[in-house]
Amino acid sequence: MNLLDYFLSKRKKSAVVARERLQIILARERVDRSGPDYLPALKREILEVVAKYVSIDMDQVQVHLQREGNCEILELNISLPEPPPATTGQSMGHSASN
Amino acid sequence: MATIIVVTSGKGGVGKTTTSASVSTGLAKRGFKTAVIDFDVGLRNLDLVMGCERRVVYDFVNVIQNEALLKQALIRDKHCDNLFILPASQTRDKEALNKEGVGRVLDELRDSFDYIVCDSPAGIEQGALMALYFADEAFIVTNPEVSSVRDSDRILGILQARSKRAETGGTPIKEHLLVTRYSPRRVEAGEMLSLKDVQDLLGIPLIGVIPESEVVLQASNSGVPVIHFDQSPSGQAYDDVVARFLGESRPMRFLEPERKNFLRRLFGT
Repeated sequence: MNLLDYFLSKRKKSAVVARERLQIILARERVDRSGPDYLPALKREILEVVAKYVSIDMDQVQVHLQREGNCEILELNISLPEPPPATTGQSMGHSASN
Repeated sequence: MATIIVVTSGKGGVGKTTTSASVSTGLAKRGFKTAVIDFDVGLRNLDLVMGCERRVVYDFVNVIQNEALLKQALIRDKHCDNLFILPASQTRDKEALNKEGVGRVLDELRDSFDYIVCDSPAGIEQGALMALYFADEAFIVTNPEVSSVRDSDRILGILQARSKRAETGGTPIKEHLLVTRYSPRRVEAGEMLSLKDVQDLLGIPLIGVIPESEVVLQASNSGVPVIHFDQSPSGQAYDDVVARFLGESRPMRFLEPERKNFLRRLFGT
């Protein structure tokens, strides 16, 4: 890198990029592995109940468990299918904390 | 009653065997009776790094399967009288290691040794799981590099969930972060994760930093653990690690780039 490049360069140093990427991926992987054992079963059973009333695509479901201090937030996000009902594209949010 | 130390990392090629060889040598040099075990069945290399490859007769798997006695398989180190090497088998597969067998060998060693150093293979399969299962303390060897940091975090999760201490609800394994192949010059140039970055990301106590150095390759070339190279920064850094492990307080060294003076820079020496 010559001197001119150095002063013109607005790119982040690669070490900073590395740190930021790791912060994100480690946080996500830690949540996955610290999730309680019942999480997959809970997810499945809730979906079974929802599926009784609405037809849903299992790929359109996201479950997140977040921890904020002493509070755990379980977020379940289900994208409902396109028409016929008027409730198109709606999201059902569910949160529970303990 | 020996303390069992696992040297692990998840990722390969970061310096586990180099660290196992030097830490076990350092402990033995301070008078502790120490055994170092290679858990990398099928890809043994600790013998080569410690310069005893031609003296291997029996191995770890032979002892587990009762084909040899422990004392027949242990190789006495040529530099330290109270250091013994238990080589891995080169012909079996990793499934030859199981909890019962490994536990029995470790129990037998525990009575007569002060420290048992378990050199883990890379990965998170049977060999790596067996190396960490019985550990009391762990060295997490990490390079300042994205894949190594991620794999170290993964292995920390396994230590905390699948070790014997985790399964039986004992006090957790004591974790020590060892950053290897550190290049202060590249950190200063913004090309390498800094020590602080790695520490912040992994969140475990730091036991030492080994600077990137040609001497490490020279040491393995000649089959002499790098801690014996006591004039080199990497040798000295390993000596610091062992001292800190034993409770001495020593400041971190080799964290700043070496400043060549103007004349030396001019003549490129």
